[in-house]
Amino acid sequence: MIEFFNLPILINHYLILSSLIFLLGVTGIFLNRKNVISILMSIELILLGVNINFIAFSYFSSDLTGQIFSLFILTVAAAEAAIGLAILVVYFRNKGTIDVKDINVLKG
Amino acid sequence: MYYSMLFYIFSFFVIASSIGVITSKNPVYCVLYLILAFINSAILFLFLNAEFLAMLLIVVYVGAVAVLFLFVVMMLNINIEEKKSKFLKFKPLSIILGSIILVEFLYFLIIDNSTLEKLSNTPNLEQKNNTISLGNILYTDFALLFQMCGVILLVAMIGAIVLTLRKRPGVKKQIIKNQVDTKKEDVIEVVSVKNNEGA
Repeated sequence: MIEFFNLPILINHYLILSSLIFLLGVTGIFLNRKNVISILMSIELILLGVNINFIAFSYFSSDLTGQIFSLFILTVAAAEAAIGLAILVVYFRNKGTIDVKDINVLKG
Repeated sequence: MYYSMLFYIFSFFVIASSIGVITSKNPVYCVLYLILAFINSAILFLFLNAEFLAMLLIVVYVGAVAVLFLFVVMMLNINIEEKKSKFLKFKPLSIILGSIILVEFLYFLIIDNSTLEKLSNTPNLEQKNNTISLGNILYTDFALLFQMCGVILLVAMIGAIVLTLRKRPGVKKQIIKNQVDTKKEDVIEVVSVKNNEGA
C-alpha cells in the first residue's frame, strides 16, 4: 500500500481522471431524462474534464498554450450556461414544465 | 508520497461528486455536488501549477455559473418526485454507452502508451508567476482570440437579456424615444397671470 503511494503522479493519472469525468458527464446526459437542468450540468462536467486534460498536457509538456485554451473553454462554458438557462427560463414561462419527455414540439 | 496521496484524495472527491451530480434526484443537491466537483478540481489545478485557472474556476464557475444554476433551479418550480420506470428505461443504454467510451479512452491511456512516454516527468516551467507568464502570451500571441472571447461574452449577455425580456401590461417603463422626441410646446404652457388674480 505504501509503495503504491510512492509512485509518482504521471500524466496518465490526470488523463484517466479527466476521461472518467468526461464519461460521467456523457453518461449523465443519457441517464437524466427528468429535466433539462441536469443535462446542462452534465455538459459542465464534460467541459471540466476537457479542462483537466488541457491543463495536464500543458503542465507535463511545459507549454502554457494549454492553459490559454482552458481559459477560452471557461469563457465558452460561461456563455453557454447563460444562454441555456435563459432559454430554459423562457421555455418554463411558456410551457410550465422543463421535463425532457414533455419537450416534443419538434416531434423529434 | 504526500503529493500522490493528496492527488488520489482530491480526484476521489471529484469523481464522487460527479457521480452525485448525475444521480441526485433533487436538482439543488445536483448543483451543490457540482460546486464540490469544481472546488476539488481547482485544487487539482493547483497541483498542476495553474494557479490562475484554479482561482478563475472558483470565481467564474462557483461564483457565477453555479450560482446562476442555483437561482434557476430555485425559481423554476420543479417537482422532485420521479417515476422509477422512466429512470430504469434509460439506465442500460447509458451504462452500455458509458462503458464503450470508457474502454476506448483507457485503451489509449493504458495499452497504447507510446505517445505519452515522450512527455517529460519532471516539467520545468520557468516559474516566475503563473499569472504573469499567462498574461505575457495571452495579450501578445493570443490577443485576437482574447478579443473574440470578449465578443462571445457580449453576444451571450445580449442574447440572455433579449431572450428573457418581456413586455407586461400595467408596468410603467422609461421609453427613451418618447423622452427625446418631446417638444417644448408639449410640456410647458405659458400663462400670463394678471395682478391679484392668480390662484
